[in-house]
Amino acid sequence: MERFAELLDRLVLTPSRNGKLRLLTDYFASVPDPDRGFGLAGLTGGLDFPAIKPAMLRTLVEERVDPVLFAYSYDYVGDLAETVSLIWPGEAGRADAPALSEVVERLSRTSRSEAPTVMARLLDGLSPSGRFAAIKLATGGLRVGVSARLAKQALASFGDVEVQEIEELWHGLSPPFTALFAWLEDKGPKPENAAKAPFRPVMLSHAVAEADLPAIEPATYAAEWKWDGIRVQATAEDGVRRLYSRTGDDISGAFPDLMEAMDFEGTLDGELLVGDPRERTGTFSDLQQRLNRKTVSRAMLANYPVFIRCYDLLASGARDTRALPYTERRELLESFVRELPPDRFDLSPTVSFRSWQELDEKRCNPPHPVIEGVMLKKKDSPYLPGRPKGPWFKWKRDPFTVDAVLMYAQRGHGKRSSFYSDYTFGVWTGPAEDPTLVPVGKAYFGFTDEELRQIDKYVRDNTVERFGPVRSVRADRSHGLVIEVAFEGLARSSRHKSGIAMRFPRISRLRWDKPTHEADRLETLEAMLPTAMAAASGK
Amino acid sequence: MIRPHDLLRSRPEGLFCPGGGFYIDPVRPVERALITHGHADHARAGHGSVLATRETLDIMRIRYGEGFAGAVQEAQLGETLNMNGVRVTFHPAGHVLGSAQISVETGGTRIVASGDYKRSRDPTCAPFEPIRCDVFITEATFALPVFTHPDAAGEVARLLRSLEQFPERTHIVGAYALGKAQRVIALLREADYDDTIYIHGALEKLCTYYEAAGVSLGPLQAATVEQSDAAPPAGAIIIAPPAAIDDRWSRRFSDPLASFASGWMRIRQRARQRGVELPLIISDHADWTELTATIRDTQAAEVWVTHGREEALVRWCEINGLAARPLHLAGYEDEAE
Repeated sequence: MERFAELLDRLVLTPSRNGKLRLLTDYFASVPDPDRGFGLAGLTGGLDFPAIKPAMLRTLVEERVDPVLFAYSYDYVGDLAETVSLIWPGEAGRADAPALSEVVERLSRTSRSEAPTVMARLLDGLSPSGRFAAIKLATGGLRVGVSARLAKQALASFGDVEVQEIEELWHGLSPPFTALFAWLEDKGPKPENAAKAPFRPVMLSHAVAEADLPAIEPATYAAEWKWDGIRVQATAEDGVRRLYSRTGDDISGAFPDLMEAMDFEGTLDGELLVGDPRERTGTFSDLQQRLNRKTVSRAMLANYPVFIRCYDLLASGARDTRALPYTERRELLESFVRELPPDRFDLSPTVSFRSWQELDEKRCNPPHPVIEGVMLKKKDSPYLPGRPKGPWFKWKRDPFTVDAVLMYAQRGHGKRSSFYSDYTFGVWTGPAEDPTLVPVGKAYFGFTDEELRQIDKYVRDNTVERFGPVRSVRADRSHGLVIEVAFEGLARSSRHKSGIAMRFPRISRLRWDKPTHEADRLETLEAMLPTAMAAASGK
Repeated sequence: MIRPHDLLRSRPEGLFCPGGGFYIDPVRPVERALITHGHADHARAGHGSVLATRETLDIMRIRYGEGFAGAVQEAQLGETLNMNGVRVTFHPAGHVLGSAQISVETGGTRIVASGDYKRSRDPTCAPFEPIRCDVFITEATFALPVFTHPDAAGEVARLLRSLEQFPERTHIVGAYALGKAQRVIALLREADYDDTIYIHGALEKLCTYYEAAGVSLGPLQAATVEQSDAAPPAGAIIIAPPAAIDDRWSRRFSDPLASFASGWMRIRQRARQRGVELPLIISDHADWTELTATIRDTQAAEVWVTHGREEALVRWCEINGLAARPLHLAGYEDEAE
């Protein structure tokens, strides 16, 4: 347990992805089975102990500690699990401290009525750090900045295999993953995925470089719109239905409306969107209402129904279709989708074109605001896992840009700590003769290291006020730094003073040359807003 | 028996002994000052005369220059001085080199002002001695039951493990220039780390002084030098004042990893706020267990609690049947470590 606790403590404070990967691979290499497997399960959310409730901990600790001293401590620390772990009376870290596998076993065996006793005994045997890990594990939500994707990447580097292989196996495996680790250490065969409705690694595309296009023969590629939702895989086999994200996370639980409609045998690749495909397609911010939710209210289901706009067919019944060329899969897909409920599934239409120039015009003037570009798919290509170069390209619509004024700068983290690298920028609003700046977004990349140094110096030389790690920078009609901000889209937002939120903003150019009063006005941005869901017209 | 309040009382300048005519750790210039240890919030320049241990006087001289006080007098540990009928004795406090508690006694009443102290082992200074007294004046920097400092050797072992795991990263350990820095270095040497340890310029004089005082620190070198061939190699340990670890100063080194040796590192959020990747819970102040054990050891019937989280320790005394009150003294950094 103590080794797992130390891993969590390091992970939460290690900002860099590579640092986290190294901590994880070292953990896998140095901790024996079954502990490392339970550690992996804890990190990827694969453990659930319904008998343990956070409120129980409070009761337990107040039986052992003066409530006044507990209150002072909780007030100071600010986190219940951490306060309990630190204030719990007892020897710090005994020699007979339970191993992670033992903790998992005791927690999973316990009934609700025995849970307080079991939990108390566990905490008695652990160090403060071990107690913290045990509490977080028991109540769910480690929050150490490790996604399932990162954990799988760490497994792949640990075993020197492709991450797609891990993703493909993942849903057939269960803690403590002994067979998986044996395979990764060359001590056993590759585990067979015996689970129904497994995840099939997704095929991804490269961005097309426009210079490449003249060398490519247009007639050998088909084109489709690229929709702005999230890429999903819907698969159903012998009554088992699953919805996976493109990295193989099972997201079925958040979409009961869609799961109910998955009355088919096969595997579809498509874009998850909000709306009714026959009438309206919602924006990405509509879709966000449905993402990352544990429970979905009835109102949510009614106001933001989801559907899949289908791109590809990976299996039809028992038949694996991935080796077939794109054109054949597309024909099968068309007849497959025809049989599905039309309020939950439709076909992503193809885009006809004869020349790149013709396609470029269509790309720049898409027929629907929720289209973010076109996809090019080689007609004779099979469905391949990963991101092979050549068969698929994405050709995105150019980003929107706006000229904004730098208003605040905040110190960055990791490599950029001590540099002012997170920038809040604003545009003009109010009367033309006496306008004021209103913040419209925040960007922290898109510039070179050299530009970072220049902006950092500019911020230090032009600071008006300081608030902790944030500095406000002089910005008025005659003085300030104009930055050209690129972004993917806009949505209305009640949380921002300006009433709008930018999607994926980044700095595209520093306009040292441009006077601040020539920066854009809020009205310019408001005119770019897509019509909201309620008022949306047909697709 | 004289009432404790008549023996020692707080004034804006600091803790005052009317009978003896002196202040203990005054925060403003006074005629006669008794100084417990060399940290800047306790040892200030400009007093008429200063009575302190030889090490504390030396440290004040290093920090403030020769003329830091009108006159100085060296206090020998365990030796009692008579000051206008008040008996004054310095005893080791285990906080930093030269640190002392000050016992003040008259008319059958003894008060011990502990200054800052700790009970855990420290290879760089003499260990704390509990002194029986009627009133014990204790610090309260870490006076919450959530503060329990682990064994410092274990924390240093974590630093060395991280160095093995990330051998290409320069580990920059934030540590207060007086006491903590030298303790961390000495602990590394005890853990058989024999490589050169690089130090920030602000630490140089004090490290040299510790060496001269007989605390062996092993090979040390300045972290920032003109010639690039003497710069710390990737994977070196650098000890620097806490403010330097997240400053641009640290960016010059190879992929720096920020570490911080402090009792505050017990709280995750504290580490996170400062961008610390490797918190080391090493403190020169007593933790909750040490504070409460020390109060018992002194057998004091009354406890005065100063700088820190007074209310929690006062509460503990109440529960345990001891008279206690916060002693409000201005000017000390209760966050300092």
